[in-house]
Amino acid sequence: MRNPLSKTITTIQPSGIRKFFDIVNEMEDAISLGVGEPDFDTPWRIRDEAIYSLEQGRTFYTSNSGLKELKDEICAYLDRKYDLHYNPSSEIMITVGGSEAIDIALRAMLDPGDEVLIPQPSYVSYEPCTILANGTPVIIDLKEENDFRLTAKEVEDAITDKTKILILPFPNNPTGAVLEQKDLEEIAKVVIEHDIFVMTDEIYSELTYLDKHVSIAAIPGMKERTVYINGFSKAFAMTGWRLGYACAPKEIISQMLKIHQFAIMCAPTTSQYAAVEAVRNCDEEVQKMREEYNERRRYLVHRFKKMGLKCFEPFGAFYIFPSIKEFGLTSDEFATKFLQSKKVAVVPGTAFGACGEGFIRISYAYSLENLKVALDRMEEFVEELRAEN
Amino acid sequence: MTMQEKILNYIEKNSRIDLHELAIILGEDETAVMNTLEEMEQKHIICGYHTLINWEKAGVEKVTAMIEVRVTPQRGMGFDKVAQHIYNYPEVQSVYLISGGFDFMVTLEGKTLREIANFVSDKLSTLDSVLSTKTNFILKKYKDHGTIMAEQPKDERMKMSL
Repeated sequence: MRNPLSKTITTIQPSGIRKFFDIVNEMEDAISLGVGEPDFDTPWRIRDEAIYSLEQGRTFYTSNSGLKELKDEICAYLDRKYDLHYNPSSEIMITVGGSEAIDIALRAMLDPGDEVLIPQPSYVSYEPCTILANGTPVIIDLKEENDFRLTAKEVEDAITDKTKILILPFPNNPTGAVLEQKDLEEIAKVVIEHDIFVMTDEIYSELTYLDKHVSIAAIPGMKERTVYINGFSKAFAMTGWRLGYACAPKEIISQMLKIHQFAIMCAPTTSQYAAVEAVRNCDEEVQKMREEYNERRRYLVHRFKKMGLKCFEPFGAFYIFPSIKEFGLTSDEFATKFLQSKKVAVVPGTAFGACGEGFIRISYAYSLENLKVALDRMEEFVEELRAEN
Repeated sequence: MTMQEKILNYIEKNSRIDLHELAIILGEDETAVMNTLEEMEQKHIICGYHTLINWEKAGVEKVTAMIEVRVTPQRGMGFDKVAQHIYNYPEVQSVYLISGGFDFMVTLEGKTLREIANFVSDKLSTLDSVLSTKTNFILKKYKDHGTIMAEQPKDERMKMSL
């Protein structure tokens, strides 16, 4: 029989830590710090809107690009929050999560051989999506000494004649790093000078704890060369609703829309009706969740300091990324040993790129009570390791 | 938000947190938090540190009633004098002055139905300024002090996700 598979798909490596994940997910009594989604329920007023839309029988397809009402509301929200100005009838489309937007943006923009700059550690989908879109991933290793920020110099050094897109994954999963106005201005300068494009994944934009989030798309000269991606999963605790959006110049959106039209049709209708309520009326709920994350964040930073674990202070998302290099174990070994001896699950940094070696990702999408128990166990574990060495 | 407001917002949900942790979580200096707390206790901004109990689960019988009371306000004292008369009884849990069809909402907790009935007929109704009362017995408590009394659902997320 002929090989049924494409050459491209078989070259993509499955995540090496999948096995570790499966062990954790099956372990009944493990405490986890490994979840990358909010612990809050979706605010009731959003769920209530979804139920109401079902009662009204609104169960049909929406237009391919999404409900008009939702596109209007998102554009008003982006204007109000981040000073971004998009035309709701031509520069935005609603997608099945931010992840669909990532995929179709790359597919709409890449030709074979085009290079995509991907800063790592970062979310796992950029690299495989680039390959599936016939692009060539070029990894930029973010540095611990820069608090895992991307610098303009690093971008400049990685650019070649073939570079087409720079992916900007900030606020960052897994490090919690953010980029500020000044960082973005410097990066924007390089991007414009070399005439490349930016795909900015700002899914954690509502979760920053130092200053208000700034988008690269708001910097003069950048809107026309940026695909802005955001969604409802993290800000509104709506992971299971699968709803995101992309904003970009009309020429890009109209091509992305073709892929979406043929592959997806439209984002889930019920989720779209619910999301109108989210962007329109949920500032206060979002603020409350952000404050609670921030309380936990401060607590974790304090605990790691007390443990003597090297860790920069993260100001975004809901992750902290301490270094475990002092123990002479790989991230994988550390996570496995920690799970076996203390029944606490954390994610090895290598899940987010090779340069995540020597780090672990800890999520604080857990109640403070849970975090306390887990951190007590971690403290014991760290002390035991130090005593062994 | 002022430090005072930050502290109050937090301890309204969890008054058991210790001072050290509270300061870390709020990102404030521990001594400053302690001083602010003491000041708020002295000023009676913080009126107590109570516990929210599901008595039904504890297997202890309690009867609670919400009593609507219509009164004639007293000359020179308005409603305050009448309210004081009512709230001084220890079995009275709360007294609110209410807008609308009646004047006071009085919450009363007793061991038995009879105890509450006795209070209403012997104490409350006999006050000169009380015109009428309407007693509503609580059949089931769903939510109290912003807390849902039923058991909280457990974490249904996968243990690990990226």
